[in-house]
Amino acid sequence: MSKSIGKILVILRKDLISEARTRDVAASVLIFALLVIVIFNFAFEPGGETTKLVAPGILWVAITFAGVLSFNRSFVLEKENGCLEGLKLCPINKEIIYLGKMLGSLLFLLIVEIIIFPIFSVLFNLPLFMPKVALIAVLATVGLVSVGILFSALSVHTKAREILLPILFFPVCAPVIIAAVEATGMVLQGEALGSLSSWLQIMAVFDVVFVVVSVLIFEFVIEE
Amino acid sequence: MVDKEDRVTRNNDFTIEVHGVTKSFGYHLVLRGIDLQLKRGEFLAIFGRNGAGKTTFLKVLATLLKPSSGSVRLAGLDLNDNSMEIQRKIGVVSHQTFLYDELTAYENLRFYGRMYDVPDLEERIHELLAKVGLTSRIHDRVRTLSRGMQQRLAIARAMVHDPSILLLDEPETGLDQYASAMLRELLVTFDAEERTVVMTTHSLERGLQMGNRTVILSKGRIAYEGSNKDLNLTELQEIYRRYTGAGQ
Amino acid sequence: MKERIAQRSNILPGISFVMMMVALYLVFIYVPTAQGMGIMVQKVFYFHVPLAWLSYLAFTIVLVCSGLYLWRREAKWDIIARSSAEVGVVFTALVLITGSIWAKSAWGYWWTWDARLTSTLVLWLIYVAYLMVRSFAVEEDRGARFAAVFGIAGFFSVPLSALAITLWRTQHPPPVIFEGGLAPEMLFAMLFCVVTFTALYIQLLTQRISLRQIETEIDQISQNLSYQGG
Repeated sequence: MSKSIGKILVILRKDLISEARTRDVAASVLIFALLVIVIFNFAFEPGGETTKLVAPGILWVAITFAGVLSFNRSFVLEKENGCLEGLKLCPINKEIIYLGKMLGSLLFLLIVEIIIFPIFSVLFNLPLFMPKVALIAVLATVGLVSVGILFSALSVHTKAREILLPILFFPVCAPVIIAAVEATGMVLQGEALGSLSSWLQIMAVFDVVFVVVSVLIFEFVIEE
Repeated sequence: MVDKEDRVTRNNDFTIEVHGVTKSFGYHLVLRGIDLQLKRGEFLAIFGRNGAGKTTFLKVLATLLKPSSGSVRLAGLDLNDNSMEIQRKIGVVSHQTFLYDELTAYENLRFYGRMYDVPDLEERIHELLAKVGLTSRIHDRVRTLSRGMQQRLAIARAMVHDPSILLLDEPETGLDQYASAMLRELLVTFDAEERTVVMTTHSLERGLQMGNRTVILSKGRIAYEGSNKDLNLTELQEIYRRYTGAGQ
Repeated sequence: MKERIAQRSNILPGISFVMMMVALYLVFIYVPTAQGMGIMVQKVFYFHVPLAWLSYLAFTIVLVCSGLYLWRREAKWDIIARSSAEVGVVFTALVLITGSIWAKSAWGYWWTWDARLTSTLVLWLIYVAYLMVRSFAVEEDRGARFAAVFGIAGFFSVPLSALAITLWRTQHPPPVIFEGGLAPEMLFAMLFCVVTFTALYIQLLTQRISLRQIETEIDQISQNLSYQGG
């Protein structure tokens, strides 16, 4: 058990080192998220009261799009030089690969959020620094990443993977994206934690279901 | 003169035993019944045209592909029951290096070493890097190394857990003359007589030089099998042509 | 020759046809038509509800057969899952269309983004994606495997869509059938429609499966021929 956790951390560490050395990629994901925000700003012209209605949608769409970019990359990295094959040759349970990659992606996306949220909060003049928002962000991000990494491993073995990943990812993640948008909107309207609970529950159930299901079926995805 | 009892004990010495292995993808049969036995220290070169099933067969041995039928025993263990135990005993060098471009030579070896729970890893890494002549590049990222250096590092990577079975899938692809000569030398350095080696290659010359047994695959079957003793290149070329229909 | 999962039957289409006729009679003649409401509003519901139920059933079968395929690796489970998804996608499309027809007369607009409608649309998108996945894989084997993985992962939205009207306040009418709000004639007609559409589902499914089996047999024969030829 502790050995498995050790292996997960070894994979995580390897991904973090790689990610830290190719900072341009992290930077492009960030810039991309900002661009999405700016473009939606043109489309909706938020101002005054409408801001609070539109802002959560813009925020989560930006993060989801940025997520798809980073998920795509997660297994492309493993595909270069055939590293995934090298990983599959290692004497480990294959779900360890999934969990390691997932944790790496989760950390990455959370860092992106830590940078995006304050910028967004300044640009839209909205108070996003609340524990409630952090809770929503963590729940939503775990859901997005658990699905994203599973489908990233799947689409990297196909032709036209950049197209396939979003086609698979968006509809399956729709419940989490919608829940995150709705819950964030309610927080901005000043609602209490209790009234958010149904959205939080959906995200929590989604997270648990997809982490468990992905762990169970991941080996079928990376099989030759 | 080999007596009966001796033969029985030798049977148990086979590090690779393959019986009636078939592999199909959908309705396409790639391997059509392969039987093969290799002892410790044997070096088998597999030849065959593209699509003959060389790589598929090697992937079955490497535990990456499950055979559709038949049995595979490696180091006395059945492939179906002990795949993790077997994986500890296998090292694979392919035309791809399995190395991470952004990590240094040292970090790559440390990564794989930890995945295999290699004891005294620091020491092992330095020893391996010295053997493949990359000690001076230890902290350089893989992407800055030449193709030949990367392939040498890939050999070190495959050796990090000291495997008793070595599988080489066209390891010389993309290497220049000098680098592939170095590769051959390296394989000798890594006390090949202690390991069992299976190599696929396009080059009859290299296969003959390095191996001590030869198999020619054709359409998923073993078309020819024999010792490399008393076999010269012209003979092998003649045999290859006869069994694969090449050069028609 | 491989065993066939489903033979084309001549009885099943006949049965579904007769049942469909009876269903039409029940819906349009037997059940009294109330005054004051548009006829569309009243009648479309006998098709809308059974179609919705059967699309959930179809996707559940996709889930079960996908799991069985990954576990047993027998081509028949993949064939059933794929065929069921196709029927399910068609049924879901019909649910969306009949729902829109109803909405236009009842609410005055074709579409609104409430939880039930949105989740049904998402469901349709998921299973359209399911049908696309395999064509992106290079090898057929891998395509089937990926489809099975997606058939399992995609199922999450099915119960979510089914429960959407109880989880959230939506514009979609509540489940009258379970709340006993139907007149006896209407309930009978409704249940009959459900049975009819189940027969239709089974018929379409077996039809599709047998067609696909013939396709794979032809594939196999042509593969063998090309192998011997080459």
